[in-house]
Amino acid sequence: MEFIPIGYYLFFCTALFCIGVTGVLIKRNALMILMSVELMINSINLLLAAFSTYLNDPAGQIFVFFIMVVAAAEVAIGLAIIVVIYRTTHSIDIDILNKLKW
Amino acid sequence: MFTKYIFFFLSILALYSALMVLMSRRPIHSVLYLTLTFFAIAGHYVLLNAQFLAVVHVIVYAGAIMVLFLFTVMLLNLNKEEVSPKPVWVKIVVIIAGGTMMIVLIGIFRGYDIALKTDPSLTQIGLVKNLGRVLYKDYLLPFELSSILFLTAMVGAVLLGKKEQI
Repeated sequence: MEFIPIGYYLFFCTALFCIGVTGVLIKRNALMILMSVELMINSINLLLAAFSTYLNDPAGQIFVFFIMVVAAAEVAIGLAIIVVIYRTTHSIDIDILNKLKW
Repeated sequence: MFTKYIFFFLSILALYSALMVLMSRRPIHSVLYLTLTFFAIAGHYVLLNAQFLAVVHVIVYAGAIMVLFLFTVMLLNLNKEEVSPKPVWVKIVVIIAGGTMMIVLIGIFRGYDIALKTDPSLTQIGLVKNLGRVLYKDYLLPFELSSILFLTAMVGAVLLGKKEQI
């Protein structure tokens, strides 16, 4: 029985993580930034699950479960904040939210 | 042999749709491509024999989180192009930075391998029975605390979403 080397999972998750990083840096829309963060979280989850399976240790998969819990709470709060920002400024462009910048 | 083809297919599908999330002009297309990415990752979980995680991933991400994103896009009527995208030189710099990060990380991970204890295609730890035993025996306190976290998030979201001044 031939199986996939762990290096393939490392490369795939690295590529997905870097796409997420690029998205956070390149976008101005707050919603798109939140989506890119989701991509990064997903790549890390997959890598944790892959190592958990390859090392035969269930703790990794439990951690993936808890990361999913925290990510769901984070998205709920983040989208609520985006709705509030839109209601006060009529835009979700993050470059107009620069009062705390300097 | 067959597993490898499925792995490559799912990886290319996930990477393509992740790139399309960034490249599509309208936010609603981005959300739909993100759903496709999540389904590809769920396929990866099935390939790893992590059935519990695959089901939870589909329910939480492709179900709940995608509905939240779509609902926000529809509610705020955001389905138009970005009004002021970043200038071209910023995009070029960002792409160079992201590519450099990927090259460095791949350079670090290249040649890495682990001594396998068991055949990963035969592992049983991802099944609901075994994972539930670990979750309710060793990780009971974090599990209960996460319910408090959810309650806090729910109260916070309701408070933020109220029309009146807080």
